[in-house]
Amino acid sequence: MQAFTRHSGVVIPLNRRNVDTDAIVPKQYLKKIDKQGFGAHLFDDERYLDPGDVDTPVQERRPNPDFVLNQVPWNQGSILLAQANFGCGSSREHAVWALQDFGIRVVIAPSFGEIFHNNCFNNGVLPVCLSQQDVDELFQLCREHPEQPLTVDLVGSRLQWGEREWPFEVDSARREALIAGLDDIGITLERAEKIQQYEARRRREEPWLF
Amino acid sequence: MTQQTLYDKLWERHVVDTLPGGESLLYIDRHLIHEVSSPQAFAALREKHRPVWRPGANMAVPDHAVPTRNRELGVPGIRDALARQQVRRLEDNCRDQRIPLIDLTDQRQGIVHVVGPEQGLTLPGVTLVCGDSHTSTHGALATLAMGIGTSEVAHVLATQTLRARKLKTLRVRFDGELDEGVTAKDLVLAMIGRLGTAGATGFAIEYAGDVVRRLSIEARMTLCNMSIEAGARAGLVAYDAVTEDYVRGRPGAPRDEQWTRAVDHWRHLVSDPEARFDREEVFDATILEPQVTWGTSPEMVVPVSGRVPDPAAALDEQDRANLARALDYMGLEPGQALEGLPIDRVFIGSCTNARIEDLRQVATLVRGRRLSPRLKQAIIVPGSGLVRLQAEREGLADIFECAGFEWRAAGCSMCLGMNDDRLAPGERCAATSNRNFEGRQGKGGRTHLMSPPMAAAAALTGVITDVRGL
Repeated sequence: MQAFTRHSGVVIPLNRRNVDTDAIVPKQYLKKIDKQGFGAHLFDDERYLDPGDVDTPVQERRPNPDFVLNQVPWNQGSILLAQANFGCGSSREHAVWALQDFGIRVVIAPSFGEIFHNNCFNNGVLPVCLSQQDVDELFQLCREHPEQPLTVDLVGSRLQWGEREWPFEVDSARREALIAGLDDIGITLERAEKIQQYEARRRREEPWLF
Repeated sequence: MTQQTLYDKLWERHVVDTLPGGESLLYIDRHLIHEVSSPQAFAALREKHRPVWRPGANMAVPDHAVPTRNRELGVPGIRDALARQQVRRLEDNCRDQRIPLIDLTDQRQGIVHVVGPEQGLTLPGVTLVCGDSHTSTHGALATLAMGIGTSEVAHVLATQTLRARKLKTLRVRFDGELDEGVTAKDLVLAMIGRLGTAGATGFAIEYAGDVVRRLSIEARMTLCNMSIEAGARAGLVAYDAVTEDYVRGRPGAPRDEQWTRAVDHWRHLVSDPEARFDREEVFDATILEPQVTWGTSPEMVVPVSGRVPDPAAALDEQDRANLARALDYMGLEPGQALEGLPIDRVFIGSCTNARIEDLRQVATLVRGRRLSPRLKQAIIVPGSGLVRLQAEREGLADIFECAGFEWRAAGCSMCLGMNDDRLAPGERCAATSNRNFEGRQGKGGRTHLMSPPMAAAAALTGVITDVRGL
């Protein structure tokens, strides 16, 4: 997993709640069997005026000029700011691969869909929960100074924008794994013996499961 | 002894270890796999030369992107080259890793959440995960079942465990008695309407109360299925005689002496009488009408006699913008009545409502009648090949076809439109599925979620109709 310690970038404002993973990456792209190239299809339905699929060259699509990802400076943004319950719905990890492939390293919102939230951590994308008030303030600042980068410091657990700072909290286990870029599976396999002992007990007590 | 909820019991039973930082390593008894969320997980294992921990604890079945026609042709009959490649990849991965696969030509093939319980892979007291958010369905059998992402799929394949934190518990009690024509789908839609689409995020919901005790396992699955639409990763119903009857004799169920032992074990899979839940919600089912969604989130739901809300009456600016956007997408006016709204297509299917009971309810209503000529299309996609076979044996398929429905092969189909069953821009669909998100059934498509009887009523009249007056 890609490690995360500190990141600075332009904030992309998406002032909407309940953004679902179907909107983040629509179904026709889920037929791919690798993790590459999803960035071109991030928010596909809104980002392009014409319909598309995996075989449509992106250069031939008609971008929607009204959508934030097609506008300067946000087309170069790397931090996404949204409203409550971002990433609800489908468990598709493709949504995170699309964000990541587009270049987004941080998503800030008052709350997240739970599976999406896990998927972010598992790919080195940092989801930051802020209070509604802080999120609203950030939207305000983005409107006023769209070019000014926000710094996200995971080690110090704070956001920084010029002189302004916001502390944030992240699950301590997740935080450490992200900073070190740890391989979850490798760490779990260090406990292989415990898993085997557990299995042996369950096999005795509930043999019908094995 | 401490009074425990069912969730507490299931959780405690499966904790292998507590990790530094407070997460738990949770043992996973059953892992279900489909073609869309698994290829990258298998690739991750290959890359690190990691074996699958316990192949026999897994079961794979293609369902998401498979066509619902020409199935006798098998995988070569999948015209979409990418979908075909994905199904082939699933077959290859399962063969390489010795994971049991129900392939496309197998009569048991179907939606993973219909197949699991049907085959007795979903058993009371187990933990079950799948790379699909509707895995909550399986909780109907007193199973701790959760949707996971692809990285977690890889973790489960390689370690048979999941890193997780314990959820909070929410008991939703449905008291009273359901009116004729009102179903489990209406219960859960009404619940989502009250809680909101993020209202149960961080919780496991246990469904309880008189109404739930009287529901069949199939109806309980409908309830648990849509838990995720309120944000809850897991839904649960306590074990009882109904559960026992459902599980008995299934291919994966224990037999003989082991059955007796298992039932003895399963009997404890209930919340203790004095168990404390973090939160409780109570609904009076007696006053419940059939529910219909009007907007682009399952929380945007009203009783069939209701009206579309007016953004002008919204509580705040964000809410107003949210409602206005949904109305615009759905092509509706503030305050408009839903009853009488013309529809273009009807979709009866999905892991929410494609089991035999759902189809029987539809057949009862459409028997001897013809669908509205106004419709462009009405399709019925059974949840599995076995449901399809059963429906044919019972004569339901004939009833559907005589009425004008297309009778398809099993799969997820138009619930998410990964195959060629989808809506064109602007088309309005009466659907028994679980999500009405923008573009869910096809870019620009407009979805109204409802129960199978309500979808049948809409199919007969061509407009949204209260099935109770049919």
